[in-house]
Amino acid sequence: MATTTIPAGPVGAQVGRSLPRLEAREKVTGRAEYTHTMRLPGMLHAKIVRSTMAHARIKSIDTSEAKAFPGVYRVITSEDVRKVIPEPYYGPAFHDQPILAIDKVHYVGEPVAVVLASDPHVAEEAAQLIVAEYDELPAVFDEVEAAENKVLVHEELKPAGTFADLKHLKGRKGTNTALDFRLRRGDVDKAFAEAAHVFEHTFRTQKVLHLALEPFASIGDFKESSITIYSGAQGPSFVRTEIARLLGWPENRVRIRVPYLGGGFGGKLYIKLEALAAALSMIVRRPVKVALSMEEQFYTITKHPSTFRIKSGVDKDGRIIARKCEVYWNGGAYADIGPRVTQKSGFTASGPYDIDNVSIDSYALYTNLPPAGALRGFGIPQLVWAYESHTDMVARALKIDPLEFRRRNLLREGRPQATGTILENTKHEAALERVAERLNWSKPLERGTGSVRRGRGLAVAIKAVIAPTTSVASVNISADGSTTLYCGTVDMGQGSDTAMAQMVGEVLDIPAESVRVVPRDTDITPYDMGTLGSRSLFHMGHAVRLAAEDARAKIKALARDVGEPEGSNIPLADLFKKKYGMQAGNIIGTGIYKPDYVPPDATTGLTPNATPFWMCSAAGCEVEVDTETGQVRILRLINVVDCGKPVNPKIVETQISGASLMQLGFTLFEKMHIDAGQVTNASLADYKIPGIFDVPGAMENEAVTAVQSNGPFGAKGVGETATFCVSPAIANAIEDACGVRLTELPLNAETVFRALRERDNKPLGEE
Amino acid sequence: MTRTISFTLNGEPVAAEIKPHHNLVEVLQREFNLTGARESCGQGMCGCCTVLVNGTAVSGCLFLAAFADGAEVRTVESLANGSALSPVQEAFIEAGAFQCGYCTPGFVLMTTQLLDRFPDPDDDQIKHYLSGNLCRCAAYPEIINAVKIAAQKRKAGKAA
Repeated sequence: MATTTIPAGPVGAQVGRSLPRLEAREKVTGRAEYTHTMRLPGMLHAKIVRSTMAHARIKSIDTSEAKAFPGVYRVITSEDVRKVIPEPYYGPAFHDQPILAIDKVHYVGEPVAVVLASDPHVAEEAAQLIVAEYDELPAVFDEVEAAENKVLVHEELKPAGTFADLKHLKGRKGTNTALDFRLRRGDVDKAFAEAAHVFEHTFRTQKVLHLALEPFASIGDFKESSITIYSGAQGPSFVRTEIARLLGWPENRVRIRVPYLGGGFGGKLYIKLEALAAALSMIVRRPVKVALSMEEQFYTITKHPSTFRIKSGVDKDGRIIARKCEVYWNGGAYADIGPRVTQKSGFTASGPYDIDNVSIDSYALYTNLPPAGALRGFGIPQLVWAYESHTDMVARALKIDPLEFRRRNLLREGRPQATGTILENTKHEAALERVAERLNWSKPLERGTGSVRRGRGLAVAIKAVIAPTTSVASVNISADGSTTLYCGTVDMGQGSDTAMAQMVGEVLDIPAESVRVVPRDTDITPYDMGTLGSRSLFHMGHAVRLAAEDARAKIKALARDVGEPEGSNIPLADLFKKKYGMQAGNIIGTGIYKPDYVPPDATTGLTPNATPFWMCSAAGCEVEVDTETGQVRILRLINVVDCGKPVNPKIVETQISGASLMQLGFTLFEKMHIDAGQVTNASLADYKIPGIFDVPGAMENEAVTAVQSNGPFGAKGVGETATFCVSPAIANAIEDACGVRLTELPLNAETVFRALRERDNKPLGEE
Repeated sequence: MTRTISFTLNGEPVAAEIKPHHNLVEVLQREFNLTGARESCGQGMCGCCTVLVNGTAVSGCLFLAAFADGAEVRTVESLANGSALSPVQEAFIEAGAFQCGYCTPGFVLMTTQLLDRFPDPDDDQIKHYLSGNLCRCAAYPEIINAVKIAAQKRKAGKAA
């Protein structure tokens, strides 16, 4: 008789349960482990000395005073790094980022040197004694200016070779463009010539950042024949590959361990501090922890500022017949994943509309700003901000109701999207209609009285999930019958451990609570492309499902092997005992998933299969604008998404709510202020994120009834979906309320007030 | 420069060697392996480092450890009694009031203090008390709900 103490829980129908997070108790008791609070015996603390110049040649770095400071163990510059890693350049798309600056600095805040000490306060104090001298070079900060190539950020492009469509850029000189993606469909020039109306607008987004409350942290622990890196990383497999490449080692000597993440949002993707932690530990042969302060996060990775010129041709019936999109992505000094954002989001720049003639140019640009990467939407929120603001402006100019204009032009299921890929399993139309219904769109709105005016707005969007990507999982059934899941998806708060356990439970008909999900460790957990772009539930979900199905098949085979009749319900533990004579053995099921994909044509950008699934959402809001102060109050914020069949409805709701509130901050107030390349508000005292008082009067979150026919258990990802439409829905509502149109984020009281004054021909001065 | 402080930590008398510039969070982590209070912004803006000192919530990243000498210090680790969670902790789980969990100990402690002072808080009191705690996952609607559930649980617990 087995005496297992598996947690109680219902058997059957695990998918669809609103199960609390498996790690909930650890989190409310403060026992959950994060890299930022981890320590190893004998560990040194690293403090980074950062560039004070946006673009400059390094003349000299004087480390003598810091070295002499009591308690300092060692001071490190790129010279030391190159002794252990001769080519210390890393990055997912380009190998352009040095572990510590070599010869030149490319942005204010770039790591230049490091002080190591047992006492972090000593390292911090000594770091201030390092004096670097620079020869300043001209710098470029604006993405449109950067495209003119008057000031060059890098002498030569260095694509990583990981992505086939970047290879042609290798060795290219004289340019800041790290990728120019183009899409051509139909005959845009002819269609514009035939259009009854042509509209052209330019929209911009500001620089913001992920600002995870657990700042970046990595610990390197180098031993002679292996290295272990503890890191708050969203993609441990990628980190392993990249560290192995830098060291010239096989992957099996590199181990990446990832505890829980105190937020990620795309910031902790690919490789960040891991290369530095590895190099430092190699140099001193001791464990070294690199843990950033909140301020330093502002110099590590950010969201792409963007400029989007959008032009539409509309026929006399109010149908869009041509659209031209030019998008400039401000990637900062190092490419990170920017070129992927440029392409993978670029091809949906024309929006969820059925347009026969489309031209898209999407440019990844280097500038002398802190690098930009993926932030909860992989570029989509910047695009939707522009195209859904534009949609309303066109509708209003044509005196067509904005909802009616959208209905008239919406891309319906079964129709080709701009790439030529057919739109399927995409309930964006239903989402839009639900938002309109909730807003009571067909009835007039109470507009308010006096100086406080009310308005409402809506928006709708689609996103293609990044493709093609691979996930691998394994399920291990121990001899007592208990089940362990090994998968590399990183739980950074989205609840993936719980959802994956539910899928295992569904297949094996056991309570999800009884499934142990192993913390991510590349020595144990198999390959996964990364926890990004809302891909995990679909891709890893399939891999987990396949692994559990494989295990189930092996259980049946084992039962046959020991002579159990078909359909026997003998406990698993007894099955093992029958086979091995005692509590011994394992059943290991494996699953690998990689969807089909056809790369876009190099000249037209067209492909019949751009993505395994489409994400989509619609948002609506009611706002109140105080026309005397410019203050905007969000009375209601509605988000309706299609996530297929929710695996865990409660967690899905918190994802919708959390994503839309995060985007609310990016919409209404968040902005990195930058003066000559220097971030001037790099702290939570000066950079405001949403707090409890910023929650709108009413938050309405909904997932439309849907089944993703090719998804695991009918599901698809939802981590980003509710970010897409928030910004344009609010801008559209502001115009509806007070007649001013804002084309640049954020939509704070000052920008609204300035626009109101301009409307009244009483513009305010600059300061 | 080094001095020894003595204080009560989660009900136990303890002592620690500290320097004048050490803050309470780093002393709790380094000397006592308590990582529930954690530094994030380092400026007292986010509440991740919340600790109760003599019953009052403080930002542990701004609270010099030297001032804890002779004080009664309570951290999130003291709330559960063995495997039994406090009503506030239970309520946070029931309401799904966190995602990544990094800020959660701060919210749990602040809610505990709120309910100690106002057993039946209204929305304004809840928001006022929790306005010094930030959650980047933005679980605020669920947190407000959790506070209300916790208030009910505490009342039921007292009645029983």
